[in-house]
Amino acid sequence: QFEEEFIEKKEDLEKLRNDGVLLFQQVPMVEMDGMKMVQTRAILSYIAAKYNLYGKDLKERAWIDMYVEGTTDLMGMIMYLPFQPADTKEKNLALIIERATTRYFPVYEKALKDHGHDYLVGNKLSWADIHLLEAILMAEECKPDILSAFPLLQAFKGRISNIPTIKKFLQPGSQRKPPADEKFIATVRKIFNI
Amino acid sequence: MAGKPKLHYFNGRGRMETIRWLLAAAGVEFEECFLESKDDMIKLQKDGVLLFQQVPMVEMDGMKMVQSRAICNYIAAKYNLYGKDLKQRALIDMYVEALMDLNELLMAHHLQPADKKEQHLATIVDKATNRYFPVYEKVLKDHGQDFLVGNQFSRADVQLLETLLMAEECKPDLLAKFPLLQSFKARTSNMPTIKKFLQPGSQRKPPLLEKDLPKVMKIFY
Repeated sequence: QFEEEFIEKKEDLEKLRNDGVLLFQQVPMVEMDGMKMVQTRAILSYIAAKYNLYGKDLKERAWIDMYVEGTTDLMGMIMYLPFQPADTKEKNLALIIERATTRYFPVYEKALKDHGHDYLVGNKLSWADIHLLEAILMAEECKPDILSAFPLLQAFKGRISNIPTIKKFLQPGSQRKPPADEKFIATVRKIFNI
Repeated sequence: MAGKPKLHYFNGRGRMETIRWLLAAAGVEFEECFLESKDDMIKLQKDGVLLFQQVPMVEMDGMKMVQSRAICNYIAAKYNLYGKDLKQRALIDMYVEALMDLNELLMAHHLQPADKKEQHLATIVDKATNRYFPVYEKVLKDHGQDFLVGNQFSRADVQLLETLLMAEECKPDLLAKFPLLQSFKARTSNMPTIKKFLQPGSQRKPPLLEKDLPKVMKIFY
């Protein structure tokens, strides 16, 4: 379980900065276990390791890292889409779909095919599986049938979505956030001066 | 069976340089296979050895590793440069992620066209001296130790040195207001493996210049 403190306007970010709680003057910041952690990857790595979602040895960790970096790149493209100039949106969306279906999804489809296990690494749920599910759902928001050529990813999506903690997170009313809308984009632009 | 790690990239810093630094700091000898043309890149892609069709790729311990962060994490953990527990690791990760952000900015400097260079330098000076360097100066000041985390040499120290040197390439006096970073730089540069890497003739790469950019772009685009 976790609490959230939302930055709604520029003053909220300035206050955090003036309070000296943002190591590099940036968010995300997560207060946890006596630390004020910043840098998304640092935070994610800590959580994954603490809750046994990071494999059992160095090599499994390396595979998880490789897979996660791939889904991070894909989700990064999708995340920035609302903030791009309107005249490039269509082209960028096409690029996202192309990358998803020719560069990224084939890799995960093949990984599942090759070992035939339920999970990407070490026959056990890891950060890589959660990250992939998140990426799949985000990609489907761009193009609902984006998984049409990937039967194992479709099965993976169904399976992982059914894990109790994840199923709960996917219910309405959870802390999962919806896709960016106009209001959100305007707020973010104001807070970060972009 | 286990040979030296083999690095696949173009003959320049880019996203492979931090990996070279880490291997060198750990005293690990490595080989390099340079991409010189688009055909070299296409061949690697066709051979199916690039998980996401991208370099850097490092052949090591029976794996063909891609994604620079995954590679750095593996090397750091394998050679005990990643702290002794989860919390030290978290601190190292925080420091290292910010250095990667600053590195991106510094690397871009030499590629700027002449008319944009001055403004880009101003951005670098601002971010380096107001956002990043004060943090590392304060860390060293607060604990008074030689290394950033856990009183032990780690990848955070290697990457900080790498970044400090790149920063000085952009502006030689960029460390003027940071005495502890200056002594950190001198001290860490003197460690035997690092000292060796800083000698001429090592596998450390020089900055990419604007005139070399077209050749590099052709490999990737």
